[in-house]
Amino acid sequence: MAANPVREGNIRIPSGCAISGMFAKDGRLVSGESIVHSMTVMHDRSNGLGGGFAGYGIYPEYKDAYAFHVFYDNKSAKAECEAFLEEHFDIINLSKIPIRKNPRITDEPLIWRYFVNPLPTKLADSQLGEREFVARCVIRINTRIKGAYVFSSGKNMGVFKAVGFPEDVGDFYRLEEYEGYCWTAHGRYPTNTPGWWGGAHPFAMLDYSIVHNGEISSYDANRRYIEMFGYSCTLQTDTEVITYVIDYLHRRQGLTMEEVAQVIAAPFWSTIEAKSEEEKAKATYFRDVYASLLITGPFSILVGFEGGLMALNDRLKLRSMVAAEKGDMFYVASEESAIRLMEPEPDRLWSPRGGEPVIVTLNHTTERG
Amino acid sequence: MPIQFLYPEYEVVRNPDLCIVCRVCERQCANEVHRYDADLNKMFSDSSKCVNCHRCVSLCPTRALKIVKSDHTFKENANWSRQSIEEIYRQADSGGVLLSSMGNPKDYPIYWDKILINASQVTNPSIDPLREPMETRVFLGAKPGSIRRDKDGKIITDLPPRIALSTPIMFSAMSYGSISYNAHASLARAARELGICYNTGEGGLHEDFYEYGPNTIVQVASGRFGVHKDYLETGAAVEIKMGQGAKPGIGGHLPGAKVFGDVSKTRMIPTGTDAISPAPHHDIYSIEDLRQLVFSLKEATEYKKPVIVKIAAVHNIAAIASGIARSGADIIAIDGFRGGTGAAPTRIRDNVGIPIELALAAVDQRLRDEGIRGNVSIVVGGSIHSSSDIVKAIALGADAVYIGTAALLALGCHLCRSCQGGRCNWGIATQVPELVKRLNPDVGYRRLVNLVNAWTHEIKEMMGGMGINSIEALKGNRLMLRGIGLSETELKILGIRHAGE
Repeated sequence: MAANPVREGNIRIPSGCAISGMFAKDGRLVSGESIVHSMTVMHDRSNGLGGGFAGYGIYPEYKDAYAFHVFYDNKSAKAECEAFLEEHFDIINLSKIPIRKNPRITDEPLIWRYFVNPLPTKLADSQLGEREFVARCVIRINTRIKGAYVFSSGKNMGVFKAVGFPEDVGDFYRLEEYEGYCWTAHGRYPTNTPGWWGGAHPFAMLDYSIVHNGEISSYDANRRYIEMFGYSCTLQTDTEVITYVIDYLHRRQGLTMEEVAQVIAAPFWSTIEAKSEEEKAKATYFRDVYASLLITGPFSILVGFEGGLMALNDRLKLRSMVAAEKGDMFYVASEESAIRLMEPEPDRLWSPRGGEPVIVTLNHTTERG
Repeated sequence: MPIQFLYPEYEVVRNPDLCIVCRVCERQCANEVHRYDADLNKMFSDSSKCVNCHRCVSLCPTRALKIVKSDHTFKENANWSRQSIEEIYRQADSGGVLLSSMGNPKDYPIYWDKILINASQVTNPSIDPLREPMETRVFLGAKPGSIRRDKDGKIITDLPPRIALSTPIMFSAMSYGSISYNAHASLARAARELGICYNTGEGGLHEDFYEYGPNTIVQVASGRFGVHKDYLETGAAVEIKMGQGAKPGIGGHLPGAKVFGDVSKTRMIPTGTDAISPAPHHDIYSIEDLRQLVFSLKEATEYKKPVIVKIAAVHNIAAIASGIARSGADIIAIDGFRGGTGAAPTRIRDNVGIPIELALAAVDQRLRDEGIRGNVSIVVGGSIHSSSDIVKAIALGADAVYIGTAALLALGCHLCRSCQGGRCNWGIATQVPELVKRLNPDVGYRRLVNLVNAWTHEIKEMMGGMGINSIEALKGNRLMLRGIGLSETELKILGIRHAGE
């Protein structure tokens, strides 16, 4: 693919969006058909320049291996990337990701899937933990191998994304053939016209995947801070930097998801003043220590992670987001209409408050922040 | 009568139709410019003594006075300016080093004025500070690299010592001695009311001001004047002054004439002795020595006070700051070449050091490149003219700013740049009792509070326009800035793009 001057990574592209998610707390596996369907009603929130999905629990047969989904611009990028993978990983399985031709999805790159595990010797040499080793390898491929882009790298989960409307993207990737306990979806409305598949959402790092609606005003403050810790924000998108911030706080700093939410959508000082002494001390600590990871400006995000899902709005709730429950099922979307398509009669339907995370995990009840 | 080589640069002009011969100008001018002739019942002025401080102009009840730039001229010469010529006359006459005050007034670029700020349109909303919370609180001090939890999994919220500021503005170091008791009283009271800090400079802390300790930064400079245990323990932070933007590489000198009474007592030196601060600290000849002083002060204050290291912006600033960030310091204060002073050799003030904007950008980026930006906070000073300069400084990467000249202007300073004479008509840079009392701290502190509150309002407006509702999301957010009329090199150092990009 020729270098596109307005491709993500060359310029910064703000975008509006639609998001949708579902989560089965009892771990039952649900086909991808329903989440694809939920996006059709929010068609006008996207403009055909990006759609995508993340599914968790979809690769039970390879659940202990890292599933890499890779876009290649050409065969030489593939050859170079595969040489790198072979040098660092034990490749258990590789194949093209099955697709169905769709008239509205065109110019697809080569799309491959690899189930891999780090080579023990390489891992030992690196003196890194396994997940850190994998993360660094992904960053290395994405920054050093031209024309290769790993867009999904977690265990027993996968991201599927393309340039197009979300419902067409779901059809293209044949998502009705996958079953997962958690699905998230994204339709993109970028204010520019890039044609690159890697720029679509979800954005993923290991088992973290993010779909995001909004345009954060703290972008460069967050980016310049997080890049101190080995991340490289090559796409210049909000979703990319939010993913790295969450990876850093949750995986590397060991914060819980509730605590992550308290950092990135920190309560206002006026709210903190009203809390108990213990909570005040903790909230003040987070705002001080992780000041540069506060995210401002409008956002609603769904953070998928192994065994869980977090829905979070910015602290002023400048983007719409609705949540619902029906038995063990949890739903969340930009609009209630999308939830009604997945579950016409939820037991409970509410609008989470700004900065208050809704976190669901397997075999647990809904927690409200 | 000797030959007079120097013709006054400014002339006092009196409108005889307006002058009512009230003699206020005569009483107000400590430089004795104005004289009353009883025989003629008329006021006369000697412009050669005028420093252009506007005291008489401001107090003249009929606006009969104004100061104008003289149109007297040398033969025009694009190479030899009037200033160059006159300075030679002056040195040929005195044989001395030229002395000046306040900041570098030369025509160097002001980068703040070549940087533009962003605002939200359509794709994300601006935020109205009148309707939504808009937060400006900042903490200065080291950030831990990782969290610790107790046995129950609760986060241990102990942090290294820090300063909390309600708004990212502090009053920079100005010693008692270089400025008056009433100026210090105004700064201290304003700092307390605003929830910020002022800085003692190297003059010790007058016993009357110990009550403002939580809002006081106590300075330890090369002369160690006024430093003792209570002093260190009283302040909110201890600042080691390594350098000053107005005179990088040299020390300080408070003439013995100003060292009497409380000034001598506060500095802990005998009346009438010159207070000479050496150019270097005589126990600091390299970075490892600085580390020892940092930890000596931490030991002395039982690790309860953050230690600030203040340096002048010089060519190799990024590497120097990187060394300081690893020295145990909690905060680095960088003073740009426009920074003010009570007295400095003119040649040094006007030719040594670099602009704070470039120094800040270089330091912030270097510390990030090395992954140690969290070790320290960065405070910058050296000509912050307005709230927009502060927004730009923070977006470039500063945690807070020091204002000195702006604070003195709020107190009435007119930038006549004659502080070294000690006859400040505004009661600021003087120790003469009748002049000091002209600065009423009740009024002075209120004017400082007004200024900082006004700037904070403006900062909030600009933040809201960018869709940012907390100052921490502005820090280092260089994408919010664009350069205008800057070269590739300047843009690269500032780490910003050109307008339109």
